[in-house]
Amino acid sequence: MYTTELHKAAKSVDSIEDPDKLAAFEARVAADEFIEPKDWMPEAYRRTLTRQISQHAHSEIVGMLPEGNWIARAPSLRRKAILLAKVQDEAGHGLYLYSAAETLGTSRQEMIEALHSGKAKYSTIFNYPTLTWADIGAIGWLVDGAAIMNQVPLQRTSYGPYARAMVRVCKEESFHQRQGYEIMMHLAAGTAEQKRMAQDALNRWWWPSLMMFGPPDDNSPNSAQSMRWRIKRDTNDELRQKFVDITVPQAEAIGLVVPDPDLRWNEAKGGYDFGEIDWDEFYAVVKGEGPVAKERMKARRDAWEKNAWVREAADAYAAKHDRKARAA
Amino acid sequence: MNDWPLWEVFVRAKGGMSHRHVGSVHAPDAGIAIRHARDTYTRRMEGVSLWVVPSASITASDPAEDGPMFDPAADKVYRHPTFYNIPDDIKHI
Repeated sequence: MYTTELHKAAKSVDSIEDPDKLAAFEARVAADEFIEPKDWMPEAYRRTLTRQISQHAHSEIVGMLPEGNWIARAPSLRRKAILLAKVQDEAGHGLYLYSAAETLGTSRQEMIEALHSGKAKYSTIFNYPTLTWADIGAIGWLVDGAAIMNQVPLQRTSYGPYARAMVRVCKEESFHQRQGYEIMMHLAAGTAEQKRMAQDALNRWWWPSLMMFGPPDDNSPNSAQSMRWRIKRDTNDELRQKFVDITVPQAEAIGLVVPDPDLRWNEAKGGYDFGEIDWDEFYAVVKGEGPVAKERMKARRDAWEKNAWVREAADAYAAKHDRKARAA
Repeated sequence: MNDWPLWEVFVRAKGGMSHRHVGSVHAPDAGIAIRHARDTYTRRMEGVSLWVVPSASITASDPAEDGPMFDPAADKVYRHPTFYNIPDDIKHI
């Protein structure tokens, strides 16, 4: 899963910082060197990365909810085991990312509180509901496909702990997309009703998936700074175009139709032209007006609060063993 | 006489890579452990960063119990991308 940097431009580099250190830092990043936790870094770099990595972590965690909705209703034991494994991976990815963000000096507790209070953002894609089993196929194929497209270049991002987390995530993410496409493939080759279900899921997830790449380049205030800092390695529109070019033939191969009347191959540019994205919808969802945004946050907070006893029991267990060890 | 405590040594070979365990040193404190580690393990430009951790602080899993510990992953082949049959003509997936 992936999250888009959505905040307004981070304040440009603070003038109070040591110009020599700043110049040395910029030069290292420009030379594609990695920045590690104990290295000096500008405050704005630290702030932007903390926000980006924690948003990414939150997206992994919230991303479990739409799929969790279908674990108990998966159509076979095979599908159920696969979906469980995938959701378990998302939890793991969230943990890798929280750890990477913690190396910048913000605790996991603070990040989780920011998510639960509504202060922190996560990917807009998870504020759409999963209405049918085909949605699980569409999420794996499209949402994880878009996430992979975003995450592959982040394996070379300038911040070492983030880059290393991305290497693990990308390696594990590959099965997510394949299991999703396999679901769609089977439905598309099934009964007329199953095929309709697959098409309906594609219809609903196509545009939100394109929105995952974030606002268009001419309206993406952070892009220039983030590209310069190698926090981002390709622009939103470049990645979106790449996603469309790769995904359209995958849909055609199984007889599904991408829901865009303006979609056509453009021989001159060697890619597809596609229709206008509804950015009003995107910004509404960013602001928390997605169809199930409130439900998602309530589920998160409930999970945290109602399961507090598990954390307390673990603490009590540790304290008991500590006492025993001292007594021995 | 008691020997100095043991420290586990980790070296980052170059920027962007993880620190990897290379061995251990004896030293009376963390600062000296870093210097011993430098002289013992990085005499030929093997690294750009060192970590030392008191060996006594490491909790290890029991190798005799590796079955119960790791076997549960063995029958979950669906965690691997190759488990899924996607026709060859479908690209980039």
